[in-house]
Amino acid sequence: MTRLQAILLENGRIIDPVNRVDKKASLLVEKGKIKAIFTRRQKTPPLPKNLLSIDLQGKWIVPGLIDMHVHLREPGEEHKETIETGTRAAAAGGFTAVACMPNTNPVNDCQSVTRLILEKAEKASARVYPVGAISKGLQGESLAEFGEMKKAGAVAVTDDGKPVADSQLMRRALEYSSNHNIMVISHSEDFSLSRNGAMNEGVVSTRMGLRGIPNLAEEVMVYRDLALAEFTDCPIHLAHISTQESIRLIRFAKQKGSPVTAETAPHYFSLTEEAVKDYDTNAKMNPPLRTQKDLEAVIKAISDGTIDVIATDHAPHSVLEKDIEFDQAANGIIGLETSVPLTLALFRKGYIDEARLVELLSANPAKILGVKGGSLSIGSDADIAVIDPEYRFVLHEKDIISKSKNSPFIGAQLQGRALLTICAGRITHNALSA
Amino acid sequence: MSSEYLFAHKHILGLDHLSVPDIEHILNTAESFKEISGRSIKKVPVLRGKTVVTVFFEPSTRTRLSFDIAAKRMSADTFSISASTSSTTKGETLADTAKNIEAMKPDIIIMRHPSSGASNYLANRISTSVINAGDGTHEHPSQGLLDLMTVKEHKGKIKGLKVAIIGDISHSRVAHSDIIGFSKMGANVFVSGPATLIPKKIAHLGATVCRTIEEAVKNADVIVPLRIQKERQNDPLIPSFREYASFFGINRQILQIAKPDAIVMHPGPINRGVELEPDVADSFQSVILGQVTNGVAIRMALMYLVIGGA
Repeated sequence: MTRLQAILLENGRIIDPVNRVDKKASLLVEKGKIKAIFTRRQKTPPLPKNLLSIDLQGKWIVPGLIDMHVHLREPGEEHKETIETGTRAAAAGGFTAVACMPNTNPVNDCQSVTRLILEKAEKASARVYPVGAISKGLQGESLAEFGEMKKAGAVAVTDDGKPVADSQLMRRALEYSSNHNIMVISHSEDFSLSRNGAMNEGVVSTRMGLRGIPNLAEEVMVYRDLALAEFTDCPIHLAHISTQESIRLIRFAKQKGSPVTAETAPHYFSLTEEAVKDYDTNAKMNPPLRTQKDLEAVIKAISDGTIDVIATDHAPHSVLEKDIEFDQAANGIIGLETSVPLTLALFRKGYIDEARLVELLSANPAKILGVKGGSLSIGSDADIAVIDPEYRFVLHEKDIISKSKNSPFIGAQLQGRALLTICAGRITHNALSA
Repeated sequence: MSSEYLFAHKHILGLDHLSVPDIEHILNTAESFKEISGRSIKKVPVLRGKTVVTVFFEPSTRTRLSFDIAAKRMSADTFSISASTSSTTKGETLADTAKNIEAMKPDIIIMRHPSSGASNYLANRISTSVINAGDGTHEHPSQGLLDLMTVKEHKGKIKGLKVAIIGDISHSRVAHSDIIGFSKMGANVFVSGPATLIPKKIAHLGATVCRTIEEAVKNADVIVPLRIQKERQNDPLIPSFREYASFFGINRQILQIAKPDAIVMHPGPINRGVELEPDVADSFQSVILGQVTNGVAIRMALMYLVIGGA
């Protein structure tokens, strides 16, 4: 391993809500750690030799972003994504860590699969936090080995991609998670209401002749999960929230003091069901894109704190799964490389400030998963993202780093991107010269 | 019709994409072609040297035959592929199948497919004209047009008529094309049936939802009962055909509350005794066979127009 180079990020705007910092300053990275943060008026610390100095006038220096909801597809579906390509895409998007969902083949439902993922991740471009399954084989029948998976490095459990339909199993999962201090993440969906659905149930689905997924397929399960969390007094994290009523339920549960956190994905505050028009399979995901009213409710929940996290639900699929008939096409879109510009759009429209943006994309996911990062504390590992909030670009398919190109934002005019990503003191993405 | 008008559609994917002048032009063209089917030598050279391929991924008797007859009466060379003989059973994608057919340089591809939007998918990927012969639960434009033609023929107009469509609106591509087509042409469309089969947002397509079929049929000029299925994809929709027939079936009694000269249409095939009583199906008010005759004329018109006929 080569010696870690010292890096001086000069004159950027350091935004670190955990340490209540928002100031123009320089940040010194040495031996993989954040060594010092200092303003012009402060005394410059001793600088090492072979220092890489980067002038970041007008740029934001923030804690490395953490995406707590990513499908890396390895093992089993390496034609869509691998740990290597997925973490490169993550780094390009400003992420220094991703939590990868267990619906691989084999399923990550035991410590040996967790270990396999972590071994593969040793050379990755971002930290990889495996999320184990709630049920063995994602079959929804019996509990997976939470304790052994946690010991092997899993940070949470979920059956994501599928709901835990059996309420008793979900109750037991929540109860048992407390022994191992591992977060339960719920994919809240009443499958009997959504089965065979291809898009949101509404005007557009009716016009297009596509079977709909009603909002309540999510909401009835959100209610159940909130009730179980309150009843067991065990924390639950609700994944990919997309509807107005789900948000009302979560807000109410939080007011009551239930141990609940929630995430949404950039597409739920950027697009509506209208994007499906002309049967664009890159606008097909589960939960589906909803209506304007839901989109507005999601944005409000992001600004008022009802939603804690923006996670991408990065779901790579190749043309084999996507360039086919709409009802046959797979659910999901990639998101790692578009999360920053889409979230910055909320900032530019005044829905969130800079500090809140960092909380949503870094501090809160770190706190919920109980992992490193989320701040720029002196002495901590140097996981840093440098964001250029002004950079304008059109997303071209050829520029996408993820192995799959299933994004509804191809061709869109976007603003803002990660200019530089540093993970554990190593530069994992550098667009400075570009 | 204004002399400025130009039929500019290369594909016929649904009535949603057609304007009122487009629909009028198709109906007028079909009316002029209808006479050909009455001749002793039923052939005109309009599509001589043109190749028409019908690709059916779902079983069909009348639609396929109707397109085939229409093409042959226009002197086109016709070829057909069905799901059982097609490459899809060998795992070929729809795009590959389409591109292979395209490479043989046909002029028109007519496709029926179980997936909604399959015709749009095809039209976006190949340069040949595509006519949708029914895609999933989306649209069945030639059926919608032949229904319009049949009503116009019997009533002399479409505007202002009351059209009652009864039954499985959710899963019927015919219902979708009819609702869009009739409301576009100024008719008042009412739908009724078991609430399990009425999409919550169907009003946005231009239909008024009635809780009882009496409300829908009362003073109607046109009644369209749809073919009913008991369940689809593990989704329980109605308790039994018997119960359906007694509450939602079109019989003599219910017909009495419609206008005395109301006509009954059906997209076929009929479940006799379920959505339609045999004595109604065979009565003087039934124009079901007239629809089938008009179907050939509509399909002749569509093929003629998409390859650039004026």
